[in-house]
Amino acid sequence: MAAQLQFRDVTLGYDRHPAVHHLNGEVAPGALLAIVGPNGAGKSTLFRGIVGILKPLAGAILTGDLDVRDIAYLPQSADIDRSFPISVFDFVGTGLWRSTGFFGGMGDSRSREKIAQALAAVGLSGFENRSIGTLSGGQMQRLLFARVLLQDARLIVLDEPLNAIDAKTSDDLLALVRRWHTEKRTVLAALHDMDLVRANFPETLLLARGPVAWGKTADVLTAEHLLEARRMCEAFDDSAGACLVHDVPSRAA
Amino acid sequence: MMIYDALIAPFTEFEFMRRALAAVIALALGGAPIGVFLMLRRMSLVGDAMAHAILPGAAIGFLLSGLNLFAMTAGGLIAGFTVAILAGVVARTTELKEDASLATFYLASLALGVTIVSIKGTNIDLLHVLFGNILAMDDPTLLVIAFNATITLIVLAVIYRPLVIESVDPVFLRTVSRAGAPAHLAFLALVVVNLVNGFQALGTLLAVGLMILPAGIARFWSRDITGMICIAVTSAIVSGYAGLVLSFQTKVPSGPAIILVAAVLYMGSVLFGSVSGVIRQMFPGRHLEA
Repeated sequence: MAAQLQFRDVTLGYDRHPAVHHLNGEVAPGALLAIVGPNGAGKSTLFRGIVGILKPLAGAILTGDLDVRDIAYLPQSADIDRSFPISVFDFVGTGLWRSTGFFGGMGDSRSREKIAQALAAVGLSGFENRSIGTLSGGQMQRLLFARVLLQDARLIVLDEPLNAIDAKTSDDLLALVRRWHTEKRTVLAALHDMDLVRANFPETLLLARGPVAWGKTADVLTAEHLLEARRMCEAFDDSAGACLVHDVPSRAA
Repeated sequence: MMIYDALIAPFTEFEFMRRALAAVIALALGGAPIGVFLMLRRMSLVGDAMAHAILPGAAIGFLLSGLNLFAMTAGGLIAGFTVAILAGVVARTTELKEDASLATFYLASLALGVTIVSIKGTNIDLLHVLFGNILAMDDPTLLVIAFNATITLIVLAVIYRPLVIESVDPVFLRTVSRAGAPAHLAFLALVVVNLVNGFQALGTLLAVGLMILPAGIARFWSRDITGMICIAVTSAIVSGYAGLVLSFQTKVPSGPAIILVAAVLYMGSVLFGSVSGVIRQMFPGRHLEA
């Protein structure tokens, strides 16, 4: 089966410093892949590269036949201006962009029904007219999941979707992730809870500013690999010379 | 009868007052919604900076063609568009933030304008450019203002959705569409168009007032963007009307009178506004059951 995503010796970073260095590998269609690693390991940077808002410093990320509209991205909440006066209904309705485009309204009965279903799926029925600024952190996270639901995408990228979330909300949102998996959608999620990853994600990529290990979760989350990831140097080296490695053998599965 | 004489008669008896009222309504319809977006995108001071960027363009138009509003408008538009687009492009392609990028370009534009004026060696009276004259509207000027307001509303309707999404969640917009950058640049262009529109009536220094003050007023009365736009337009029209009456009755300059009325409405809103107004916060009423 052709890969949904291909990383070809890709290096992503900022101001010429690599945040993810020389990543090779493939993600199969329908994969459920956890991306783990310490803070600063490059998880969010990798996601920004996948969704096309950060150009690689070198190498390439190939998304095959996926159009930009086939990718749904759940960013970290910090990227959202919650003081903006927009209602829950209007905010989640932006997930319908794919079908409504520039001018399509969200007031027709079909759109309203879709939005109502998405809000119900994350337990936010009755919140339609609330301003997003009045939501708690957990409610905001559920709202972002509802928007992803509406996007109806083939590739779903979730950046730390369960941070600061209580156990019940976490279970509810994980159920949605499993549902997407059974629907054969490809799901990538950055996570910190290793027990949760072991219980729910068959495949894992361990990052530490570069790939440490990638494969079956049980084979990746070993004490040895996790120790290696912890030794990662988080800071950029301002005195570093130009990288001359053009073809590092892949450590990916 | 006294009320009629004070509030209505100036407009029924004098054509220049009717023209001024028409102009201020057109300015309110175009400028107030732009002001709401400027405020919500935390760009309120960008409007002020743009007003400075337009000034040298208008001055150059004045130098070349004398007191010709079209030349001054064209000069202002060229200067404003150039600064807005260059600042927008630099902010989007480099790490420099938009405010810093705009500050550098508008200062360069201002310096260039002053240099050109000094080389020309003419001591020009630009007071009317600085403070405008809404009571001297001729037909062509009025038509230009109405045309610009119409274009503003049409373009705003086209870019409304990406503009809202880019304001609240720019990363999301970048992942689903490439409309963010064009919508932002179109928005900056609308800011310029409305500033140029405003300086014919209110002058370059106060043109931004009829955009930002009504937006500030609206913030205290609505939590919804549609409601904010309606309140901003209404308060801009009320400020314009009351300012014209005040100017007519007391002989104070019309532009400052309009902005001062808006400022009074703003202070009233700060105190009594239903959304986070000072009085409302001091006396919020009993809390609800659920």
